[in-house]
Amino acid sequence: MTDANTQPIVKAVNIKKTFKDVIALAGVDLEIMPSEYTALLGPNGAGKTTLVEIIEGIQKPDSGEITLFGKHWSGNKDELYKQIGLSFQETKFEDKLTAAETLKMFASFYGLDNTRVEEILNIVNLQEKRKSYVVNLSGGQRQKLALGIALLNNPKLLILDEPTTGLDPTARREIWSILHELKKTHGTSMILTTHYMEEAENLCEKIVIIDKGKVLAKGTLEQLIAESKTSEIVQFKVLDKSKFPDFSKFSDLREIQWEDSTNIVTMNVDNTSSFLPKMVSYLNNAGCKISELRCRYVTLDDLFIRMTGRKLTD
Amino acid sequence: MLKQFTQLLSIQFKEFFREPGALFWSFIFPILMSFALGMAFSDKPEMSQHAAVVIPASDSSFLKTYLNNNCTKSSSQKNEYEKNVDYKKLGKTTTHFIPASWKESEIMMKRGQIEIILTENKGKINYHFDPANFTSRLAYIIVSGMIDGKNLLSTKSVIKPLQTKGTRYIDFLVPGLLAMGIMSSCLWGISYGLIEKRSKKLLRRLVATPMKKSLFMITMFISRFVFAVLETIALLTFAYYVFDVTIQGSIIAFAAVIISGSFFFMGLSILLASRTANTQVGNGFISAITMPMMLLSGIFFSYSNFPDVMIPIIKYLPLTLFADSLRSIINEGFGVMDIIQPLLILSITGLTTFFIGLKIYKWY
Repeated sequence: MTDANTQPIVKAVNIKKTFKDVIALAGVDLEIMPSEYTALLGPNGAGKTTLVEIIEGIQKPDSGEITLFGKHWSGNKDELYKQIGLSFQETKFEDKLTAAETLKMFASFYGLDNTRVEEILNIVNLQEKRKSYVVNLSGGQRQKLALGIALLNNPKLLILDEPTTGLDPTARREIWSILHELKKTHGTSMILTTHYMEEAENLCEKIVIIDKGKVLAKGTLEQLIAESKTSEIVQFKVLDKSKFPDFSKFSDLREIQWEDSTNIVTMNVDNTSSFLPKMVSYLNNAGCKISELRCRYVTLDDLFIRMTGRKLTD
Repeated sequence: MLKQFTQLLSIQFKEFFREPGALFWSFIFPILMSFALGMAFSDKPEMSQHAAVVIPASDSSFLKTYLNNNCTKSSSQKNEYEKNVDYKKLGKTTTHFIPASWKESEIMMKRGQIEIILTENKGKINYHFDPANFTSRLAYIIVSGMIDGKNLLSTKSVIKPLQTKGTRYIDFLVPGLLAMGIMSSCLWGISYGLIEKRSKKLLRRLVATPMKKSLFMITMFISRFVFAVLETIALLTFAYYVFDVTIQGSIIAFAAVIISGSFFFMGLSILLASRTANTQVGNGFISAITMPMMLLSGIFFSYSNFPDVMIPIIKYLPLTLFADSLRSIINEGFGVMDIIQPLLILSITGLTTFFIGLKIYKWY
């Protein structure tokens, strides 16, 4: 492995940022390695966009250090912008320009010619819409155009801020497929902010969970699950809560959660196959009837709720 | 660099020419305005005025007798009387007399449907009107003259209507419309355009590339200046063919004023757009600047009617400087040196606002 491949593309050290009385980032550390797809997960107001905008050089941190490809933003803007590709949340391009014209304009900033515009139209599958005004494109097509613009300069690092928010599942999957292909063919690195667990699981090998301006956990999904020391979930509905017995003597039950409004019990267990028979017989003996019994592996959603106490969509 | 420049410039033109609204307001509207106002004030002066007449019940009413004997019944309006007087070179005047009660007359006055109310008391005609209202005052002079049987035209004086170029209303109007058009085009086109791009987050997307910010501004300026020139040519061509308006002064001086006026409003546009976050606030800012100037700067009517204390201030409003300079070149035959002061004021302030605007400009 060459030295370049072992050096982080993005290195953020103890980044802090405050807006008036609101602490947006309270000392965030982050490293992005070459060819690594990283998801920044967090609910609204978690600090994801602020962190991404600091990485993009659009905002300056109050303190801390940020480098891209070993360089600071100050004095290196043009050079760094040539190496990264960006897609912001909700950028609206000019309504009365066509998809091809919009791409051509951005291509000219990188000194690229029409050949590259044609390539991008193919990559993001917008050839048929090349002559359509932006105003006439669907939400998914506009996002693909934004992604196409981000890809124009063949970036080493792609930073996408909620690229599929508001899109239907088909359009979302189409964007995922473009990003998978990109990783396979170009070895691009990516930072992606998202609300969707499924998107993070599907696209990224590294996940960073962020809430209230702090990184709560980071690593691969497997690492996060291992760190949580929970891998399996048993879930069921209790018909009569008063008959629910005390489970404290079960050593392989790590955690038990009640959802009062629905009487649904969620148990984090070490091994479902050994725990389940014991649990059923224990409930039977107590005369506690249950329904809707489900067993599954722990998901990113479960981890997120455990870490933050809220759902990602809150 | 050249590729970036040509792309940005072509985008600016495409955005403009693909927006039918922008084309209408920039090219068609000033022409329609000049046509409508030019025709309204250039035609033979036929005046129409309305007077409510409160006729007393008695048979010996002077007003009743006057209407029956000296006026004709209106063909279009029942109960109304009309009297036409031709003052030759002063033009024709039609007075509409509307018999009504005092209460009805007051309502018509409040609605601006009449200029004067006539009543009768002990054999004398009373004229009720607001002396501060010029049209009411004129109505009093004409109606009282008619009723008293006086001739408005003095035998000792001769009326000589002016028909020479530069003295007609259209000559006054066209330079004002040119100045106003360029001001609106710059402020709405540049300021509003930039604010809109910022609120759409397009500006921050553009600058998060190796795009040269200076090229972006320069191409915006070039395109707006080209539109200003095209607007000027369109309106002047129309005014020349329809009203025979010509530039009597120096073409170089005319071009210099168009450039300095455009430059002033472009600079102001950058300053206005420098920190404004959304289009609603931008709308308010632009209207707050353009509306007072459109009213005060003598675009449609001379500002000499404003109170004396205001005149020195009005004279130095940018739009007044711009419109007055154009007027003196088009109508009075001025050259560059005659308008050097407004030329310098507009250019220097334009440059200053431009640099301040750029200095504090918020791209994100």
